[in-house]
Amino acid sequence: MEKWTLIIKPKTSWFDLHLKDIWTYRDLLLMFVKRDFIAVYKQTILGPLWFLIQPLLTTIMFILVFDKVAKIPTDSAPPALFYLSGLVIWNYFSSCLNKTSVTFTANAGIFGKVYFPRLIIPLSNVVSALIGFAIQLTLLLLLIAYHHWVLGINIQLNTYLIFIPFLLLLVAALGLGVGIIISSLTTKYRDMVHLVSFGTQLLMYATPVIYPLSFFEGKYKLFILANPLTPIIELFRYSLLGVGEFNPWHLLYSTLITFLSLFIGVLIFNRIEKSFMDVV
Amino acid sequence: MRKVLWMLFNLNCMSDTVISIDGLGKKYRLGVIGTGRLSQDLTQWWAKIRGKEDPFKSIEQDNFKPTQYGDYWALKDISFNVNQGEVLGIIGKNGAGKSTLLKILSRVTSPTTGIIKAKGRIASLLEVGTGFHPELTGRENIFLNGAILGMTKAEIRGKIDEIIDFSGVEKHIDTPVKRYSSGMYVRLAFAVAAHLEPEILIVDEVLAVGDAEFQKKCLGKLGQVSKEGRTILFVSHNMGAVQALCSRAILLQAGNLTMDGPTNATISTYSEIAFNKSKAVWLSEPGMTGVGKYGVKINAVRVLDQSHQIGNILNDNDPFFIEIEFETNQNGNQLTSNIQLFSESGILILSSGNWPSTTTNIDKFSNVNLNAGTYRSRVKIPKYFLNEGGYFINALINREASTSIAFIEEAVSFTIVDSGNMRKEYTDYIGGLVRPKFEWNTEMLGTN
Repeated sequence: MEKWTLIIKPKTSWFDLHLKDIWTYRDLLLMFVKRDFIAVYKQTILGPLWFLIQPLLTTIMFILVFDKVAKIPTDSAPPALFYLSGLVIWNYFSSCLNKTSVTFTANAGIFGKVYFPRLIIPLSNVVSALIGFAIQLTLLLLLIAYHHWVLGINIQLNTYLIFIPFLLLLVAALGLGVGIIISSLTTKYRDMVHLVSFGTQLLMYATPVIYPLSFFEGKYKLFILANPLTPIIELFRYSLLGVGEFNPWHLLYSTLITFLSLFIGVLIFNRIEKSFMDVV
Repeated sequence: MRKVLWMLFNLNCMSDTVISIDGLGKKYRLGVIGTGRLSQDLTQWWAKIRGKEDPFKSIEQDNFKPTQYGDYWALKDISFNVNQGEVLGIIGKNGAGKSTLLKILSRVTSPTTGIIKAKGRIASLLEVGTGFHPELTGRENIFLNGAILGMTKAEIRGKIDEIIDFSGVEKHIDTPVKRYSSGMYVRLAFAVAAHLEPEILIVDEVLAVGDAEFQKKCLGKLGQVSKEGRTILFVSHNMGAVQALCSRAILLQAGNLTMDGPTNATISTYSEIAFNKSKAVWLSEPGMTGVGKYGVKINAVRVLDQSHQIGNILNDNDPFFIEIEFETNQNGNQLTSNIQLFSESGILILSSGNWPSTTTNIDKFSNVNLNAGTYRSRVKIPKYFLNEGGYFINALINREASTSIAFIEEAVSFTIVDSGNMRKEYTDYIGGLVRPKFEWNTEMLGTN
């Protein structure tokens, strides 16, 4: 007789995550992705083209500055492919991070009116960012094909390609995890926003986007390896271009850090979402 | 026999509790919690560790500590149950805790104490059109908004025709909503919300939107929803709407639940309390020497009973007076005194002024140039005119009939008490803002 379907209580335990709710609201996640997609495509004529222009121009700039001027090696891979492959992964990470890190502040209006599992928003950001990633990955593959067949440069695609979905999952999870930790902190500390915008810029230089991991030795190398993105980018390059270092232990480290940050992120996010409306 | 059993079963269902609220409380912390900046919080923390004074502490805090850690209970120990199919009205003044209660129920914020148990989905119409995106078409927004409100795609697809039909924007349904008029926008938004099929629906002031016809449609829809066995929690300042929709109402006062009973009883308790603080006299503050435009200033507004004594608890079978005392320090302006009479729910009932064509007599200071001096205008409100309830008055002085040059908003308020003189046959609720006596005649047109 007494079958309650909904219980609203004060502060529940840290581990009461309501993950089942997210599944119930899966349609909403897809609607948000669709909304983002349509909004991008309808507003500008160039819309999706921006996803191509940005990495292309950045790659050209990297070639000029880091290849021609600074003469930083690219592990014997063609520089265009080297930079673009790094950028594709990096862009996906930074767009996940940037979008999810403003979850609370950007959605205060909607959060103040309706309940739905708040995690739906950052999750949908991560899925939406896949659109840009897919476009850029296509560009990269075309460029690889061009190098291979037109320029006759032998590119060694290899079986590690099967890791790409896993790498993508890692990047998404890391971007999401760090992003929601930051978004939770921004509800209290507004200056975190500034940290994100220039922090991601700095982080790119601590990630092997413009240089190969093999460029460093000793403690510098350890420092670069401490960045969980490093093994991901290196393996991504290795699978597509056949250059770079791949060490399963490094990847395991990345995986652990990623899921640790995601776990901590979800815990903090879950904690904040309950009191967030009273703080804003 | 079977029918009786079925009815019993139904009755049993009807009295099934769908929401149970027990000891619900919500505490807000007043004052500053942290500084809002990481750098300052760290500095504060560092200073505390070294035993130094907080560098960001403001000087007032030294002598006025309580505010910094002051707690404010927006809701305190609220307990009530709602049965299935019931339409429960929630009334109370602004700041009484209505919105907090709804926010907790709709899970926008969480309670500090207590527990709410509910059966079925709770959906709120805290604000219609949440999440509408201007670039999306009407149809796309129906799906998006529906999903935000908790519907699945399949559910929305099953109802889309009905929703479009209800909204009345069929023609533009595939146009981006940024091209909609605000009326169309609101109608579409309400249409989605009205077709949610939650077991429990929370409605807050949505009826303030749209034109009269659309409002009627909305009220009708809510009534229909409740007949389908759904439970509605209805919050409104519009006592008329609460009266029309709800059989039971609760009254919140400063975070406490002070009344839970039949709608009529709760509303009348509410009016009594609301008008406890009512004032029969408004006086311009002694310090306010300033004189307004054209040297005109309202000095006092008063409510007087039939014997010209100040008083604002008035019987419906007695006339009463409103008087406006004003001064002008210029010669030669034509000034008229005016009142606007509002019901307690804020409905403007009438406006009246002492212009020659709007009075039953001729006011000798109306329509003539006044000399500098102090004046008093008094308007008599006849007996058997207003219904029981609370009212308030705006007082205005106009120059040359049209330009308002002095204005006191909600200057005075009063309560009309039912003397029972019009209840000799019928004793229950008599609706309406006014309750005049009219001449009625019935003729017999034939025999059967």
